[in-house]
Amino acid sequence: MTALPKSTDKKLGLVIDLDTCVGCHACVTACKGWNTQNYGAPLSDMDPYGKPEGTFLNRIHAFQSQPETGLAQTTHFPKSCLHCDDAPCVTVCPTGASYKRAEDGIVLVNEDACMGCGLCAWACPYGAREIDQAQGVMKKCTLCVDRIYNENLPEVDRQPACVRTCPAGARHFGDLADPTSDVSILVAERGGMDLMPEQGTAPVNKYLPPRPKDQIQAPVMGGDEDILAPYLAPVAEEPKGLLAWVDRALEKL
Amino acid sequence: MHPAPSVIIFSSLSGAGFGLLFFLGLGMPAPSGWVAFVFYVIAYALAVGGLLSAFFHLANPKNAVKSYSQWRTSWLSREAWAAVAALVVMGLYAFGQVFLGTTWTALGWLGAALSIGTVFTTSMIYAQLKTIPRWNQLPATPLMFLSCSLAGGALLSGNVTLAVVLLLVAGGVTLWHWSAGDTRFAEAGSTLNTATGLKGKMGLWEKPHTGENYLTREMVYQVARKHAVKLRVIAIALMSLLPALLILVLPTHIGAVLAVISHIAGILTQRWLFFAEAEHVVGLYYGAHLGKAAA
Repeated sequence: MTALPKSTDKKLGLVIDLDTCVGCHACVTACKGWNTQNYGAPLSDMDPYGKPEGTFLNRIHAFQSQPETGLAQTTHFPKSCLHCDDAPCVTVCPTGASYKRAEDGIVLVNEDACMGCGLCAWACPYGAREIDQAQGVMKKCTLCVDRIYNENLPEVDRQPACVRTCPAGARHFGDLADPTSDVSILVAERGGMDLMPEQGTAPVNKYLPPRPKDQIQAPVMGGDEDILAPYLAPVAEEPKGLLAWVDRALEKL
Repeated sequence: MHPAPSVIIFSSLSGAGFGLLFFLGLGMPAPSGWVAFVFYVIAYALAVGGLLSAFFHLANPKNAVKSYSQWRTSWLSREAWAAVAALVVMGLYAFGQVFLGTTWTALGWLGAALSIGTVFTTSMIYAQLKTIPRWNQLPATPLMFLSCSLAGGALLSGNVTLAVVLLLVAGGVTLWHWSAGDTRFAEAGSTLNTATGLKGKMGLWEKPHTGENYLTREMVYQVARKHAVKLRVIAIALMSLLPALLILVLPTHIGAVLAVISHIAGILTQRWLFFAEAEHVVGLYYGAHLGKAAA
C-alpha cells in the first residue's frame, strides 16, 4: 500500500559529512558493485564502450561556493535516497510498488509490481530514483537492506556498502529516531541539515556542513600585494677573500 | 521535462475524446443509429488511442494492471479507474443510442461526469508535483486541462456557439497558466543553496559523470526553449483563435474539419510547451539556474 506509515519505529538513514568527503567515488563503486550482484535487478550500463551511461543509486556532485568574506571552497557532495518521512515518491505510485517500511523507515521498490511509469522519479526532488534502462524498473537506494540485517555477514559488514567502504569516514549509518545513537549525536553536535527543506519531504538522511576554513597565519589581503616579492629579491652579495681577488683579477684581464 | 511524444499525444487526444464523450453524455447532441455510431467511433478512437499511447510510455507495461490498486493515494491510479469507468458507462449509453435508438439520460450524465473527471485526474497527476513548480499550480493546471478538453469536445460535438466561447476561454486560461507559471520556480524557493545547504554564491564545479543519465535526459531537458515565445503564439493561434474563426465564417463540415485539425495541432503544441518549459528542481544539482559567471 502506498499510503505512508503514520510513524516508523526506527528511522534508519545516513549522515554524510561534507567536511570530510574527499570526492573519491569509492562509495559509488561499492554501491554499484553490491547492488548489481545482490538484491533485485542489476544496475545496468548502457553502451559502456561508446557513449556510456548507467544506473547508479548514489552519485557524487562537486560544488564551489564563494562566501561573502573569505576564500572560496569546493565541496564534494554525495547524493542518494534520503528515505524521507514524508516521501512524495511513495504516495504517487499507482501500482503499490513503492513503499516505506513501518519498522525501520526504509523506502523500497517492489520490482515485481513496478510498471516503469517513472512518476515517482518525477516526484522526488533529489534525483534519487532512476529507471534501469535494461530492466525497465525503478531503482533506488535500499540502504543495503540485504546487508544490514544479514546474519551471514560478519557483524562489521552489516552496514550499507557505501558506509563500509568510505576511506575518509565521511558516511555514517544509524537510527536517527534514537536521540542517543551515534548518528543523532553527530547531527546535534555538527548542525546536521536537511536538503531542500522547502519541499516538505522531511528527509531522514542528514548532511553535516563543511567546517569553517582555518584562518591561522592567513594575512588580511588587500588585493594589491605582490606575494612573490620577498622570494624574488637578489641573493648574491659582494664576494670576499679569495673569491674577491679572483673576481678583481678576472675583471682586469 | 523531456517532452515525450507518447504523453503529449495521450493528454491531447484523450482530452478531446473525453470532452466529446462529456457532451454526448449530456445529450448535446443526442444522436441515434449511424450518426451516433460515427460520433462514438471518433470519441473512442481519440480517448482510447490516447490511453494506448500512454501505455507504450511505460518501461515495464506487463505490470500495468496493478495500477488499479492504489487509488487511495495515487492520482495516476485514480485516472486509470476514471478512464475505465467512463469508457464502460459511455459504452452502455452509446449502445442504447446506436442500436436501440433510446437515450438513457441519467446514465449519460453519469458518463459525462466520469469523462470530465478523467481529465481532472490527468491534470492532478501533474498539478500535485511540488518538484515541478510550473505544473504545481492550483487551480490553473487543472483548469487548463479541463478548459482545453471542453473546448475540443464542444468543437467535435458541433455545439458551435458554445465551442467559440470555450475555445476562447481555453486560450485565456492557457495564457494565465503560462504567465503565472513563468514565476513559479522562483516562488517555490528552491535554489542550489537550499538544495545543498551550502552558503554563498555557488557554482557547479564537477558533475557526477561525464555523460548523460536517466535524470538529465528525463528531467533536465534544456533544448529549444529559445523558441518558446514563438511557439506560444502558434499554440494560441492554432488551438483557440483560428478554429473559433473557422467555425464562425465557414459553418460547414469542411470548416468544422479544418477547425478540429487546427485545434488539435494547437493543443499538441501547447502540450509540448507544457513539458519542455517545465523545470524540475533536481536540475539545480546539475547546474540549472546558475549564472554563467558562477559556473
